[in-house]
Amino acid sequence: MNVTSAGQFAGLTVIAQAGTYFEMAILQFIVNLRYLLMSAALSQKLSPDTKTVHRLGIAYGVTDEIFGISIARKGLLDPRYSYGAILAAVTGWVGGTVLGASAGAILPEMVVSALGIALYGMFLAIIIPPAREERPVLIAVISGMALATVCWYMPGLRSLSQGMRIILVTVVVAGICAVLWPVGDEKAE
Amino acid sequence: MRGSVYIYILVMALVTYLIRALPLTLIRNKIENRFIRSFLYYVPYATLAAMTFPAILYSTGEMAASAAGFAAALILAFRRKSLIVVATVASLAALLVNLLIMYL
Repeated sequence: MNVTSAGQFAGLTVIAQAGTYFEMAILQFIVNLRYLLMSAALSQKLSPDTKTVHRLGIAYGVTDEIFGISIARKGLLDPRYSYGAILAAVTGWVGGTVLGASAGAILPEMVVSALGIALYGMFLAIIIPPAREERPVLIAVISGMALATVCWYMPGLRSLSQGMRIILVTVVVAGICAVLWPVGDEKAE
Repeated sequence: MRGSVYIYILVMALVTYLIRALPLTLIRNKIENRFIRSFLYYVPYATLAAMTFPAILYSTGEMAASAAGFAAALILAFRRKSLIVVATVASLAALLVNLLIMYL
């Protein structure tokens, strides 16, 4: 029904503690805030002619993984690409969950834990090549990692949830880069 | 207050979906404001970078293995290898280091 694992964990807590529906709404809003930024960024990759129904369809698939591969596409985003990605991802998630329960017993634990790095490898494959092309993107990537590291270890900031830290880093880094190196008309698509 | 579990789930689904659907449906045209357009241009790089590091160092349960995977991924990504290749080799590098640690 919804695809966000952190949100589901947090939501369970609210149900378990018999919180209000309003608490649930606020909590989910905060946990999902970074997808607001991702959707806004993605909106600029759609043709203005894209129909509302397709926009609603694409919205269903705004996750870390699908956002990543959508951004990696050159030029405008075709809704059919998103649907293909959603289909593949949902099949993988559901199939993975079913298999995971049994495969966890079959695959050596070491292999399972090594696979934990795959998603991050994918993210790097998305952001590093454009960072080679454009100096401001390279600075955004390096300062994003540096600031995330500060937030990860520094007392005070450390107590923020990972989702909040990512939002903080994104807003600060993208904000500063936008002031220092505003993009022209041709690049922003 | 103890509410219905179904309503909780409905609220969750509604909020998680609307937060994604509203920007995509309401922002229909190319944003004219140059700052906002530039900001959104940098969002993917900043956010994916922040999600990747330092989380990647804790992704395999063994910091040395993760660091090896990270290094392998950086080199291959720098050489513009595909997502699948980078992800697979990063996992293999992490596995290799894990095996070395175990059997040496």
